[in-house]
Order: sequence, then structure tokens, then C-alpha cells
Amino acid sequence: MDQDTWNFIFIGITFAIYIFIAVRSRASSTKEYYTAGGGVSPLANGMATAADWMSAATFISMAGLIAAKGYDGAQYLMGWTGGFVLLTILMVPYLRKFGKATVPDFVGDRYYSKTARGVAVICAIFICMTYIMGQMNGVGVVFSQLFGISITKGVLIGATIVFFYAGLGGMKGITYTQVAQYCVMALAYTIPAIFIAIVLTNNFIPQLGLIGHYTSGGEAVPFLEKINNINESIGFSEYTASKLTKLNMFCITAALMCGTAGLPHVIVRFFTVKDVKAVRKSACWTLGFIAVIYLTAPAIGAFSRVNLIDKLNDTSYKDAPTWFKDFEKTGQMAWVDKNNDGVIQYFGPGKSKEKTSSPFIGKKPTYPPSDSPESLLIGANGERLLASKTDPTNPNELWFGADIMVIANPQMAGLPKWVIALLMAGCIAAALSTAAGLLLVLSTAISHDLMKNIIKPDLSDKDEVRYARIASFVALSIAAWFGINPPSAFIAKTVAFAFGLAASSFFPTLLMGIFSKRVNKEGGIAGMVAGITFTSAYIIYYQFLNDSGTPLLFGISPEGIGVIGMLINFIMAFTVSAFTPAPPEDVQRMVRRIHNPSGAGEASDH
Amino acid sequence: MNDLDTSQDNNETSGGYRKSSLRILFSLLFIWFFVSFGCGVLFRDWLDQYTIGTAPLGFWMAQQGSIICFVLILIAYAVLMGKLDEKYGYSEKSKQKETK
Repeated sequence: MDQDTWNFIFIGITFAIYIFIAVRSRASSTKEYYTAGGGVSPLANGMATAADWMSAATFISMAGLIAAKGYDGAQYLMGWTGGFVLLTILMVPYLRKFGKATVPDFVGDRYYSKTARGVAVICAIFICMTYIMGQMNGVGVVFSQLFGISITKGVLIGATIVFFYAGLGGMKGITYTQVAQYCVMALAYTIPAIFIAIVLTNNFIPQLGLIGHYTSGGEAVPFLEKINNINESIGFSEYTASKLTKLNMFCITAALMCGTAGLPHVIVRFFTVKDVKAVRKSACWTLGFIAVIYLTAPAIGAFSRVNLIDKLNDTSYKDAPTWFKDFEKTGQMAWVDKNNDGVIQYFGPGKSKEKTSSPFIGKKPTYPPSDSPESLLIGANGERLLASKTDPTNPNELWFGADIMVIANPQMAGLPKWVIALLMAGCIAAALSTAAGLLLVLSTAISHDLMKNIIKPDLSDKDEVRYARIASFVALSIAAWFGINPPSAFIAKTVAFAFGLAASSFFPTLLMGIFSKRVNKEGGIAGMVAGITFTSAYIIYYQFLNDSGTPLLFGISPEGIGVIGMLINFIMAFTVSAFTPAPPEDVQRMVRRIHNPSGAGEASDH
Repeated sequence: MNDLDTSQDNNETSGGYRKSSLRILFSLLFIWFFVSFGCGVLFRDWLDQYTIGTAPLGFWMAQQGSIICFVLILIAYAVLMGKLDEKYGYSEKSKQKETK
């Protein structure tokens, strides 16, 4: 059987499962729609949350980012998992006890103000929108590669499927499909890793291979020493060395952590279980399931890097493995024969005077239109020619995207075709599960927080679900449009924005709302506004307006500035609260009540 | 909004439950900070003189060890808080006893 048939079989089977589950567990009330009726088992909820957590970007590109960054890649690993610890021990049990369906609900009640709720709704919508655009684009790219259709069609197919089970099934449908999706993702991620670990390190557990010996080249050398040597010999800095200052590394990790702890779509996941005890248990399962994938990612990254460089560097194009030519066709890898010797050379910035290492000018390769004469399309060695201008300042000839470390992994390790098909199914599962979860929060923010609680308080239960479905349709259409016409550089930058915003708005505001009885309406709003204003001003200035002129504040890059925004939020909130009257008695009683773990019977009661 | 369990709420705020739960919270947060920011970032260079397997310890803590510790922290949290709930009669089990 050829690759396409395998892909069709695997993706067909997984889709059939998802849709079957979605139809079986369709939501009929608002409670089921928002929180699955509050009766999901901790284990199932753990798996579903883990699937929600792993976005397409994480699944496809995280290993590649770690491979490229080396030690610094730990900022993602620690940031995203460490943030989950904060989320579990500082937020979720208390918010679950509070017992309402959404995060803006809590902000609105705790700070007894529609303004506070409004600010929270806007933040939630912005954060979710940013995320979902990236997911839709990811779905489109995977579909278009699989079936050879245009990205537009790929996005539309993906959007239809997501709408079908997120819009109709609500939280209940999503939760049970995500359980299935997690299983697909975990298998798809770990199986290729195990195979490649056996090939390179003779150890079938990838994590042990990483701290073991590289055995594939005859004599056994410590694996990390091997990758350090490779990096250095071709002009990259050592794999285990840090390229950031300690302060910057600290701030970026902290911003990712606090941002993660403030992500509304993850917090709501814990409203689906029975009581506070189940929340704690469920969180253990979730982080356990996430850890399976996060502990594998650094191993995949390092292994694939060694494998890729070993197989391609100093190899003549004619002898290069066929997968290289396949990825050249899809535009995920490219080769520019700068010195016309027909041999692929890969060099890092250390080998050029200008410290550049791109084979061509621009971030991604561009190609001549397919109806150009053959001499423009195919080079002397049979390679695909680029339309991008060659960058003459460095000797590097090879380009590959970050996602290649995961996508090409099975081919590089020479794995059977069904593993590749499984990986494709995993990519789609990752994108769909996250998109569905986000879509739900987005639609709830609009129907529940905006329509019911701010604009039209007399909305009936049934109308609310209808509004939620309409909202998810509209949100999905917008996301699909951005998925088809991605503001490419923009998406990567806005992700930093989403985390910074969550770190400087939701995280401190929720934290103070839970642990302080003294922080009042004025303080809460002042803090949120100050934190968001500072963070967005800094990010917008350094990411969009200023290309490389003024030096950074304290040397902190925009990805890490959310931490400073968070501190500003705290300081502002406490100062303003100290000069204004304490919150009313019933709000103080509410704060006391959420610290009592018992009696958290129902979520989402109004 | 239901205000059914007000009696329990009032004795909880003054009692040792809140203190003990905050103690658990802060000790776990300290460990959390130590394994990630401490071992993985701040003291990383110093830790690198030791190795685990063939990998420098600081590097390993940043990319693997901290994540393993995070999972352990959450398990500890669930167990310790569960015990505390039982001690102060907030667990589902002790509630059933009361109603009998």
C-alpha cells in the first residue's frame, strides 16, 4: 500500500471515532454545553485537558524549536508545564468552588463590577482568537499536504469538522472526543521517538537515550557531547549552552508560566469534574499526560538534529535520501548550491563574518511560478530552485522549518509507512482538539458573559445555547479566514502577545481575587488596566514599530515582559485598594467561602 | 447562588484549615521555584559540574527533571490536601457520616 492509502485509512478511522463520540454525547442543556454537566471522571478530564493543551504548534514545532535553541528551549518546557502547577495549586480548586461557568464570571462577581467583567471578556476573546487562528492555519497546512488540495480547502474542511462537534456537542462532546484525540497524539508522538532512539542510542526509552550514549557511529560517545561537537564543528554554539542572559531566560520562563496559569480555556476545563477533590486528582492526571509528550520533545529534538545533520551535511545531492527531495517539493526544506559543487553544506552563524546563516534572503523560501521554463524550476543536480535571492554573506546552503523535526522524523529513521500516517492523524488531532476547546470558551464568552450578563440579562437557557452556537460559527468563520490568509509574521508575534496579556491581566487579577479580601473593585480594575496597557505598549513597540533601534528595557525581550506587567498590576491594585473602601461584606464572605473545599456541588448555576 | 453551607464556612475561616492549607501551598510553591528557576536557570552552571547519566545535571533539570518534579508536586498536593480535608471534615466521606 502506498502512503496516501495509509493516510486515508488512519485519518478516516480517527475521524469516524471523533464524530461517533460527538453524536453520542450531544449537549442538551447549557450546563452540559458549558461544563459537560460537571460529572466527567478525573482521568477522562485529565486526558481531555492534555489534548486541549497540546496545540498543533506545540505538537509539530516544539521539538524543532528545542533542536534549534538547545538549552534555551527549556523555556517552553518549563514555562508551559510549570505554569500548570501554578494553575492547579493557586487557581483552579478555588475557582471550581466558586462554581460558575466562566472566568469573566468570577472576575465580574469578585470585583462586583460590569466594567471588570467587560475587560475580562475582551481579554478572553483576544487570547482565544489569537490561538485559534494558528490552529486553523495548522489544520489547513496538514490537510493540504495530505490530500494535495489547496490550503483554503484544507482550512474549510477543518473548520467544518470543528464546528460540527464543538458547536453542536458543547463541552460534553468535546471532552469525550478529546480523550480519543489524546490517545492518538500520544501514540503518534512517542512511537517514532522510540524507533529513532533505538537507531541512534540503542536505548528504547528516548529520555534515557538523551542521557545515554550515541552508539550509531561505531564508538559510543555521550549523546549530548556528540550533539555539542556537531553544533560546534559547523558553526553553531554548543547545544547545552545558553544564548540568553540569565535575567532574560528567567523572565521569559516566568511570563510563559504565569501566562499559562491565566489561560481561560484551560481553567474552564476543571469546571467539568464533580468536586474540588476531583479537580486536584484530575490536574495530576493532566500534567502526567502532558509530561509524557513534554519529556519526549527534547529527546526528539536532539535526536532529529543529529540524524538530520548526519544524513544531509556533506552529502552530494544525488545521494541525498528521498525524503529530502519529498520535503523540497512541499517547500519545507530547501537547498541552494552556493558553491556549485553539488554537495549539501550546512553551516551555522559561527562560520560567517556577518553572523548570518540563512541560505537566502527572507525568512521562508519562495518559488518561481509552476508554469515558468524548466531552467528556472530545476537546477543542475535536479534540485528545486528558489525564487528567493541567495544570501552571499554566509556559506550555509540548507534550510528547513522548525516543524521538520517532528514531521520528517519517521522518514529520517526509515520507519514504516503506517507510522507516518499515524503522525499525520496525530497532527490533526492536536489542531482539532485545541481549536474545539478554544472555540467553546470563545462562544461562551460571547453568549454567556457578553449577551446574558451584560447586554440582555433575561435571556433564556435555550436562547443562550443558540447564541453560543451562532457565536462559535461567527468566530470560526473569522478564524478560518485568518487561517486562509495568515498574517504570517503576525501570528507568531501575537502568540507572545497572548501569553503576555494573560500573564499581566488574568493571572494577577484572579490571584488577588482569590487570596485577598482587601483588594476591591477600584484596585482590581486599575491593576488590570495598568498591567495590560504596559505590556501591550511594550510588545507593540518592540514587535511591530521598532525593528532594532532602541535597546530593550533591562534587556528583557517582549516575550518576557508580561512578568513586569504582572508586577505593575499587583502594585497598582494594592495601592489603589489601600486608598479606597474595602469590598462589601458579601464579597468578602464569598472569598472566605471559596477557600472551603466542600460543597462545590454544581458548576454553572446562575 | 446557593448559601447552604454558611455554618461550615464561618468556622473554617478562623480555624487551622486555612493556615495548614496555605502552609502546604507555600512549601510546594517553594519546591516548584527551586526545581525550575533554581536548578534550571539560576544555579544551572554550578549544577552542570555533576552529571546524570551522561548529561550535565543543570541542563537535564531544565529540560527533563523539572517536569518530573512538577508532576510529583501535583501528586503531593492532591494527597496532602485530601488528608487535610479529611482531618477537618470537608471530604465527601466525612460529610456522609454527618448526614447519617
